[in-house]
Amino acid sequence: MSRPTPLRDVHESLGATLTDFAGWLMPLRYGSESAEHNAVRQAAGLFDLSHMGEIFLTGPQAGQALDYALVGHLSALTPGRARYTMIVNGQGGVLDDLIVYRLGDEEFMVVANASNYEKVGNELKERAKAYNVVVDDRSDQYALIAVQGPRSQEILATLTGADLDGLKYYAGLPSVVDGRQALIARTGYTGEDGFELFVANEDAAPLWHALMAAGEPYGIKPAGLSSRDTLRLEAGMPLYGNELSVELTPFDAGLGRVVKFDKPGDFVGRSALEAVKDDPPRRRLVGLVARGRRVPRHGYPVTKDGAVVGEVTSGAPSQTLGKPIAMAYVDTGVEEGLAVDIRGSQEPMDLVELPFYRRKK
Amino acid sequence: MSNIPDELSYTKEHEWVAGLDDGLTVTVGITAYAAEALGDVVYVQLPDVGSNVEGGDSVGEVESTKSVSEIYSPVGGEIVEINQAVADDPSLVNSDPYGEGWMFRVRVEGDPRDLLSAEEYAGLTSGES
Repeated sequence: MSRPTPLRDVHESLGATLTDFAGWLMPLRYGSESAEHNAVRQAAGLFDLSHMGEIFLTGPQAGQALDYALVGHLSALTPGRARYTMIVNGQGGVLDDLIVYRLGDEEFMVVANASNYEKVGNELKERAKAYNVVVDDRSDQYALIAVQGPRSQEILATLTGADLDGLKYYAGLPSVVDGRQALIARTGYTGEDGFELFVANEDAAPLWHALMAAGEPYGIKPAGLSSRDTLRLEAGMPLYGNELSVELTPFDAGLGRVVKFDKPGDFVGRSALEAVKDDPPRRRLVGLVARGRRVPRHGYPVTKDGAVVGEVTSGAPSQTLGKPIAMAYVDTGVEEGLAVDIRGSQEPMDLVELPFYRRKK
Repeated sequence: MSNIPDELSYTKEHEWVAGLDDGLTVTVGITAYAAEALGDVVYVQLPDVGSNVEGGDSVGEVESTKSVSEIYSPVGGEIVEINQAVADDPSLVNSDPYGEGWMFRVRVEGDPRDLLSAEEYAGLTSGES
């Protein structure tokens, strides 16, 4: 039985197709997923992301505890700012990718994927034991609503007096939206400008309705997980379970820059990651653009002259490019003459560097 | 509850079959239920005109944003026509699954497989949704 979010009734009243995702009952789409995708690229889309986990670390050693528990240098983060980082195991395998917000000198919020947050919460509690910090998984108390797209700021500005102009990318600001307490974060997973609003569960539905009403003149649409996936794919953003897994280190995923060896002290995975950081990668994460119309999908082999040289991690038809696209791990140095084995037929692909789509500033 | 026209026959693979009564040529497409489950259809691969198929053969595929499904011929015979319009504009499958979104026509040879009535198909889909 999938868990509903606080917005389940809202989704049902909008006629959403609901699907199980990581144990949660989530909106897959409300109508046409292509129209939802295009609304986010051209105007704005509204997402329910209440399945994400929110784990708070509070105390004088919260920063040091995170420096030990994660690969990033979180104690160096300025209050009000956020970082993309990862939690790895002792072998350097990725347990989850995270966004960490520093809410104050002694308070951090770790946002984890729905599929992983219980594991992340337990790991953080274990790893923080030696530090003067309280680890509190408040995922059940918070809803998360994202408004994403080029018109997001104009829409949100009608509901809050917060200084949105002053809110940088990867920053978070406790404020009031439509009369409700909210943490406004300028983050997202779509490749567009946008905001993520962390609110108490009971405020989620009224805030959703307020954002829909405020966004209506701008062309806002409710957007489901299907469009979220195609948007993040075009933006070249990794998804845990597809591009990231416990079998891969951050270096394998081409994201070694998130590992901060120069921070003080030990951290979980340090010695394992130091041992591999200069190894030439066997495979690298690249983009593939199909020449034909059949869609490469997760798990399909990448081939060259009939030999397997890689594997697709995510694939979908791209609205923006008008062609099927994919992310794939492909053997280093193999760049020409690629194909994807789509159910037995070798469909030609062109290798491109990620991302497929970058918004105009 | 999606639209299930009474005058059509259906398969368990969520296809509809029209024209069975005259026994010569049938038209095949996918149901509104299937189109809704797939989401936006982006690609339809249809069989070659002139090919001979057995009832139940996979003859093509329908791709949407999230998934891909095979198309089966519900009857044995020769493929005599395909809907080029749906190959060119796969969104017709979503906008008009029983009309402009038709997929191919088969000249029936031998007895068709067991097909479902509208009522039987409605029972099948209510069990799945």
